[in-house]
Amino acid sequence: MPTSLAIRAAPWVFVIGMLVVWQAAVAIFAIPPFVLPPPTAVAGAIVQYWNAIWYESLFTLGTTMAGFLLAVGFGLALGLFIGWSRTIYAGLYPLMIGFNAVPKVAVVPILVLWFGIGAVPAIITAFLISFFPIVVNVATGLATIEPELEDVLKALGASKLDIMRKVGIPRALPYFFGSLKIAITLAFVGSVISESIASNHGIGNLMLQAQSQFKVPLIFAGLVVLAVEGIAMYAVMAWLEKRMTGWAHRSTGFASS
Amino acid sequence: MRGFVTLEGVRHAYGGAGTQLAVDNLTLAIEKGEFAAVVGPSGCGKSTLMKLATGLQFPQNGVVTVAGEVVEKPVKIAGMAFQAPTLLPWRTTLDNVLLPLEIVEPHRKRIRRDRAAYRERAEALLAQVGLDGAGDKFPWELSGGMQMRASLCRALVHEPQLLMLDEPFGALDAFTREELWCVIRDIHAASGVTIILVTHDLREAVFLADRIFVMSARPGHILVEKQIDFPRPRDLELTYAAPFQDMVHELRGHIVEARK
Ligand SMILES: Nc1ncnc2c1ncn2[C@@H]1O[C@H](COP(=O)(O)OP(=O)(O)O)[C@@H](O)[C@H]1O
Ligand SMILES: [Mg+2]
Repeated sequence: MPTSLAIRAAPWVFVIGMLVVWQAAVAIFAIPPFVLPPPTAVAGAIVQYWNAIWYESLFTLGTTMAGFLLAVGFGLALGLFIGWSRTIYAGLYPLMIGFNAVPKVAVVPILVLWFGIGAVPAIITAFLISFFPIVVNVATGLATIEPELEDVLKALGASKLDIMRKVGIPRALPYFFGSLKIAITLAFVGSVISESIASNHGIGNLMLQAQSQFKVPLIFAGLVVLAVEGIAMYAVMAWLEKRMTGWAHRSTGFASS
Repeated sequence: MRGFVTLEGVRHAYGGAGTQLAVDNLTLAIEKGEFAAVVGPSGCGKSTLMKLATGLQFPQNGVVTVAGEVVEKPVKIAGMAFQAPTLLPWRTTLDNVLLPLEIVEPHRKRIRRDRAAYRERAEALLAQVGLDGAGDKFPWELSGGMQMRASLCRALVHEPQLLMLDEPFGALDAFTREELWCVIRDIHAASGVTIILVTHDLREAVFLADRIFVMSARPGHILVEKQIDFPRPRDLELTYAAPFQDMVHELRGHIVEARK
């Protein structure tokens, strides 16, 4: 079918289109490469500094994933706890919002104080910034069980645990997997911020160093690498979501973000 | 007071003592095997009555008994269905119907071992409500009326002695609703289960019930109790007969009075 082919080709067309416009704009307006390097220069930087980029990007991926996995574990547990009863939900929700309102960059100096510079603050920042959407989504999935359905089961003598196992947890899964897409994106934000403030490694640090040495194409190369890693992990989460909770995309009434 | 389900002088407030009452001085008795209908203005405490009779809420004053025992915990011998079918979207229709058996004893212990036998039972139920072969479908593949039928099967699968229906057909179109009246009528005739039906639809109440209770505005209590003596089995044709319409008309008068 031509339309479905067009839809599948569209993202590539737009990416290539953007690169072409970028390259053309740099040439036409004679933008100096230390302001905005053309895509070719960025590609050149990626090739030239491949070894460093390869190592540092793996480092960033490592800290991000470590923080993210911590967030998944902790977020699931806390989400289950908060969603367990409407009272806990009502009590802790405002607290969570308040916690989330604190900009996580502000926490990095404290983390450095406690843990020194390096991977640990990056992991913790990634964790802190990404666990919130997981908690909120899991708790919301649990706390919004239809009261009628709860009545049906309670009248049969179902315990709270029964209701959670049979209804709450399966119901919360689409919320959970939906939140992973948001969480992984945020985890990258956290780790890169921390790396650029307090680390000798990682893409964040690489970009900071490139900036101090005025290697502008390398800064942009760092951005490209982060984008690639971000997109790849997002795709993994989206795939996981679809795999695990296909039913939620057929029936209505379930949010996934 | 005698009866299979009794409420005597029941008072209930959701917010605890001193808050606004949902029902007050609510007294009624329903016989075993009887088909009772409860009508009344909205917010008058009909759903509250259902919750009191199934042990989901407990009265502040007065006594509720079911099957001769004072209700102090969820009764477990009741099946419930509401206006929203509330089927689980990740389960097939058949697995939705089996859900109560995974909760209630003694089935809970047996279901893993005797799954095949239980599946057969659920399939027979589905066939009884006109859903033969729909067991493997997911809820989103069913129409509203079919979902309601499945929801009825879920309410019946553990062979409850008491079936509680809270405005079950409110969301359905007129034709589907009448089809489901006949389904319920046949279930009642075949199983002899005691049924309490809350409804807004007076024709529905008169067509199905042996006795109709009219409730007052909040805080609800019984205003009028009406025996319906049309012979069974009743046919939909009955709903067009003059005595039927007179009865509906009379009840309407009571409701209008209750709303004042
Ligand atoms: N869970 C609840 N918490 C507080 N008040 C409630 C609750 N459920 C019902 N009520 C109140 O009790 C009254 C009776 O409600 P309900 O039994 O649901 O009425 P009906 O089913 O007749 O429409 C209503 O005024 C309603 O606002
Ligand atoms: Mg109601």
